[in-house]
Amino acid sequence: MTAPLAPLLRIENLRTYFHTPAGIARAVDGVSFSIAKGETVGVVGESGCGKSVTALSLLRLIEAPGRIEDGSHLWFEGRDLMTLGTEEMRKVRGNRIAMVFQEPMTALNPVFTVGDQIAEVARVHQGASRKVAWERAVEMLSLVGIPSPRERASNYPHQLSGGMRQRVLIAMALVMNPALLIADEPTTALDVTIQAQILELLAKVQQDFGTAILLITHDLGVVAESAQRVVVMYGGQVVEEAPVRTLFAEPAHPYTRGLMQAMPRVGMNRERLTTIPGSVPPPTAWPSGCRFRDRCSHAWNRCEVDAPAMIAVSAGHQARCHLAEGDRAPEPTSVRAARPL
Amino acid sequence: MNAPAVNAAATTGAGTRPLLEVRDLRTHFAQSTGLFGRSHGVVRAVDGVSFDVFPGETLGIVGESGCGKTTLGRTILRLVEPTSGTIRFDGTDLLALKGSALRAMRRHIQIIFQDPFSSLNPRLTIGATIKEGITVHRLAEGAEADARVRRLLEEVGLRPEYAARYPHEFSGGQRQRVGIARALAVEPRLIVCDEPVSALDVSVQAQVINLLQDLQRDRGLTYIFIAHDLSVVEHMATRVAVMYLGHIVELASARDTYREPVMPYTQALLSAVPVPDPTRSRQRIVLSGDVPSPVSPPSGCVFHPRCHHPSRDEACARLVPPLETKGTDHLAACIKQLPTTVDWTAQQGAGATKPAERYLPLAAIGTRLDS
Repeated sequence: MTAPLAPLLRIENLRTYFHTPAGIARAVDGVSFSIAKGETVGVVGESGCGKSVTALSLLRLIEAPGRIEDGSHLWFEGRDLMTLGTEEMRKVRGNRIAMVFQEPMTALNPVFTVGDQIAEVARVHQGASRKVAWERAVEMLSLVGIPSPRERASNYPHQLSGGMRQRVLIAMALVMNPALLIADEPTTALDVTIQAQILELLAKVQQDFGTAILLITHDLGVVAESAQRVVVMYGGQVVEEAPVRTLFAEPAHPYTRGLMQAMPRVGMNRERLTTIPGSVPPPTAWPSGCRFRDRCSHAWNRCEVDAPAMIAVSAGHQARCHLAEGDRAPEPTSVRAARPL
Repeated sequence: MNAPAVNAAATTGAGTRPLLEVRDLRTHFAQSTGLFGRSHGVVRAVDGVSFDVFPGETLGIVGESGCGKTTLGRTILRLVEPTSGTIRFDGTDLLALKGSALRAMRRHIQIIFQDPFSSLNPRLTIGATIKEGITVHRLAEGAEADARVRRLLEEVGLRPEYAARYPHEFSGGQRQRVGIARALAVEPRLIVCDEPVSALDVSVQAQVINLLQDLQRDRGLTYIFIAHDLSVVEHMATRVAVMYLGHIVELASARDTYREPVMPYTQALLSAVPVPDPTRSRQRIVLSGDVPSPVSPPSGCVFHPRCHHPSRDEACARLVPPLETKGTDHLAACIKQLPTTVDWTAQQGAGATKPAERYLPLAAIGTRLDS
């Protein structure tokens, strides 16, 4: 794609563990990737892959028994967020990094008007007066495409539809013109025609304000249409990273390929879907070696004992698979059949 | 949209008698008075729906939240009582049945629910859950019933010894398999699948879709497949009914619905589906606003306030469009898409200013690959 820009955020060996009575859940286990200014990076994966915990970790919103382990680094605008005190971190949140959650009903306070809730951001972070903050709220509502914003500002969340509530959350996130917007499944709870409206809005925001967007989703279609680069997660790790076109044209990790084949697509009516056998193992007991090996049709002996590192496939394209070594890889000695359910 | 004329589907062969005939079905709910004294009204969840389902086919029902697709499915099972209309199953009037006759009929129509977490009784072993239907309908007893349970578990891809386990011991995909085994236990002919894969991850979803297709082939089942995911429906369905605000607005073979959608709402719906191909850029029909409330649906065509058809005019707000033939076995409800039985004189009488024309924005729907 374009020349590598200076990263806005560089995540280095992020490990977020949950210390539960049932054992240590290694939900995020050594995640590294970066986001450039004004770029949209999609993070895809299924339930339990660690994508949402990664997002919450970036804002340091992990509560006990969860813990961001020592040795994790979050380089953002020249400093490591892990070294910031509570007060400094609070200034980063909302100001420089903002977040939009999946479920717009639970993310809004039901007893305040949406105008109040947006204005509060301006008052807390900007010290704006009530009147100025309210005007700012109306302006933000208009910016995210809410019709008659002045009247709508006086509405309570329950008076708005799901799509409108998601617009309100985006408006709230944008008040301080953050450098990075984290959107965690922003359209999953919405119908497909409303999803289209919200994706269009996010694209416009990025274009108009140069906001970098970290888009977390399980939907490969959403990623294909919105992201410039994609990070695929499985078992608390990044298993593949590539520019969006490369990922869809030449997926290198068997898991990425499996996901793409398992998905029915409009206009491609195949007789039978290819499946990935089994299901995701629990984070308290990731398999040894490659975490995908139990479900992988290419797994051989090495995969069980030797955890693969991220291997460069081409410029900007890496995959966590021994097969990505290409010529250097030893011949598979025994290809194991996929385990029955 | 109350024309009971629903054509046979060429896709299932002319002359075949439908397994299920639904005519002018309405399911309305009384809205209770709200906490702050909001006026109460009637929610027209299903509002005059007619269609047939033929033996061995899968009728897909798609639409967004609140379109009535789930209520429709539950009404067919009489889990919800309709306000008016008729439902005939294999010639029998379902709505006339009572007591033991209704219970006996329920054996033939089963449902698979969306949420595999709340649709299984947590206090029963899955074996007991599956066996319940077998004993209630007196299909087998004792050791023979247990043997049936084990065979069913194997058929849906689970180990027979799992019969002794409880639902919490299973993953989402496995629970959905249990839900399928439970439905199959009474040897139904028709299964209403209500969003059976939407709570599942992509990799597990494909396993369940394949299982449903295998079972249909092996047992000659008929499905009504309700889902909001258009790509899953295209994959599963023989014919597709598109619903909007309690009405069926388009009904055609899956192929025609996805390649030549006639109703502007279907066009917008298809155009909104994100396509997992970053090399394809396309125009998108972005609908303005939200779906109106089913308590006070718009007059005339329920879709007219959001419609993007270039000929939309005053007549759309006044005339209720009939679900009428637009092509071979292709029904749609739009007076602005030719051909229409609502002729120009009638439209002018209702204030029309723009004549009907055939409108198919292919660039937005996307050029469909050959299937």
